[in-house]
Amino acid sequence: MSTKENTAPELKEIHIHNPKNRIKESAGYRIFTVINTIIMILISIVTLYPFIYLVSQSFTSEQAIIAGHTGLIPEGFNIDTYIYVMTRNPIKIMPNIFPDLKVPEFIVYYMNTIFYTFVGTIMSLFFSSILAYPLSKTKLKVNKILSPFIIFTMYFGGGLIANYVLILKLGLKNSMWGFILPMLISTYYVILMRSFFMSIPKELEDAGEIDGLDKFGVFWHIARPLSTPIMATMTLFYAVMYWNNWFNAKLYLQDKSKWPVAYFLQTIIRGGGASDPDATQMSANIKSCAMVLTVLPIICVYPFIQKYYVQGMMLGGVKE
Amino acid sequence: MSEKELDQQQTTVEWQPVPKTLGERLFRDVRVNGQLYLMFVLPVVYYVIFRYIPMFGNILAVRKYSAGGSIFGEGPLTLRYFGQFITAKPFWQAFFNTLILNGLYLIFRFPLTLIFALLLNEIRNLHWKKFVQTVSYLPHFISMVIVCGMIKELLSTHGPINDLIFKLGGDKISFISMAEWFRTIFVASGLWQSLGWGTILYLAAMSGINPSLYEAATVDGANHFQKVIHVTIPCILPTIATLLILDIGGLVGSGGAFEKVYLLYSPMTYETSDIVSTYVFRMGVESGSINFATAVGLFEGLINLVLLTCANFVSRKVAKTSLW
Repeated sequence: MSTKENTAPELKEIHIHNPKNRIKESAGYRIFTVINTIIMILISIVTLYPFIYLVSQSFTSEQAIIAGHTGLIPEGFNIDTYIYVMTRNPIKIMPNIFPDLKVPEFIVYYMNTIFYTFVGTIMSLFFSSILAYPLSKTKLKVNKILSPFIIFTMYFGGGLIANYVLILKLGLKNSMWGFILPMLISTYYVILMRSFFMSIPKELEDAGEIDGLDKFGVFWHIARPLSTPIMATMTLFYAVMYWNNWFNAKLYLQDKSKWPVAYFLQTIIRGGGASDPDATQMSANIKSCAMVLTVLPIICVYPFIQKYYVQGMMLGGVKE
Repeated sequence: MSEKELDQQQTTVEWQPVPKTLGERLFRDVRVNGQLYLMFVLPVVYYVIFRYIPMFGNILAVRKYSAGGSIFGEGPLTLRYFGQFITAKPFWQAFFNTLILNGLYLIFRFPLTLIFALLLNEIRNLHWKKFVQTVSYLPHFISMVIVCGMIKELLSTHGPINDLIFKLGGDKISFISMAEWFRTIFVASGLWQSLGWGTILYLAAMSGINPSLYEAATVDGANHFQKVIHVTIPCILPTIATLLILDIGGLVGSGGAFEKVYLLYSPMTYETSDIVSTYVFRMGVESGSINFATAVGLFEGLINLVLLTCANFVSRKVAKTSLW
């Protein structure tokens, strides 16, 4: 013990980040550090400014917006805009079952988004993992054909029109499946999952087989519990993808009661056009408020999920 | 494959001769791994329907489509749709806009991302570094609809940027409806959204650099800047090369550009903003010229495929890494 205590300070002294050694840093480097810090502060401000501006605008009163008084501190602070957005323009949902039921449109869109995100993410996770797992087995003979078959779709595809025609032909227009199915399996995410499954020690799976599990049992009882990190990452990837998507809705969903909130935002931001004439006249505080409400869940969970996202990104950087 | 595995394989070969034909071998594999085969049946069906049928649906570029008819078209093959768009002026405008927008964005994004990564790497305070990273990754997660909504709010005639111009004594500018501003908006908002996220692979590469290299450089009397130039940059050169080559391979593709251009453009700015994919969308979905739009889309897809293949080939030769 005593020898350790004696040697410890010595080790500390030669350590490269010892505060004492900082004195050696040149004046040039200290100036650089200051400039670097200023650059980083500026980048942070520029990144956050639009978000803060949006929040501030959503609390600004209608009069102040018309007068052009906008800034980082909301003028005439009020939450009327939020109440207005969440109660305006009730629309009928499920007219066959409840003929008189009307729900404010924003609530309907928001619920739809939550529903699509939930159902879509679960289905995507299931389909991606049952594809990625067999793909990760290099010994499986058919993978010589299957891998190129899957990966090729990343580099060449049907393009917008052929997909559009297909969905029309399948009769998925104006159905929630028209929104979910075209993006059900993302090839890139399947490849990420495959890389992860490949990294699971073969011995564990062999042990499972020796103990009497069949191939599916090995997947369910050994590979799946071991892949919690990649499952978490994939859940986030897919959930964010469904939450943010508006284009499939634009292509395939006419019925307002099926719109996700991102598509509603698109109509008010792009200026609606013929589909929603009253949306074009919306003032800035209403738009901001709708945007804040839509982006809020992502911002709230973001600090906690960012780690998994970065991990997933790194996994993609590692060559399979 | 390690030597041990090779050894094992050779012994197996000695013990039981491999069945002769491919069919027999495949059959044996299916019998042993039947459940694995069963697992991927559904996803493969999905890929056939939602990926490969549309791929063959590209035949609409050379066969007439009538509403409600076969998705593979009807009648004889014809090249007239290609002829139509090759001679169409808006197509070439969109084609060159795609190149210009992607090219400009690459020219700015690529060096700036690298510089930002190097600067981040120089931060010694870990909490501060973490904070800057967290903040700068944030825009990557935001829906393009929100991003474009923000852009329009910030640039509107009553927005903060015009306020600033007004206070400095300038005239208010309606940025969104002016063709000459579109490229600037496109590149600047792209940088805002992806600069931080783009540093991840560089930072990963930098954290993998052996610290003894820096120590050796210190012993040799290198200062911080010399260490960056002589140690950090050479060590991450393969990453830089790979990312650059792949970016160049994607120059013609629309990638994430479609959503942004679609949300920001208007007939007033078509001359600088219209790109191939928005042109395809307008012609095919909005105007209903299915054949014409498929031909344009196929043309873009093929050029993209060729460019990516070339980029991948170069990447394999130069940086020893490739996509496939």
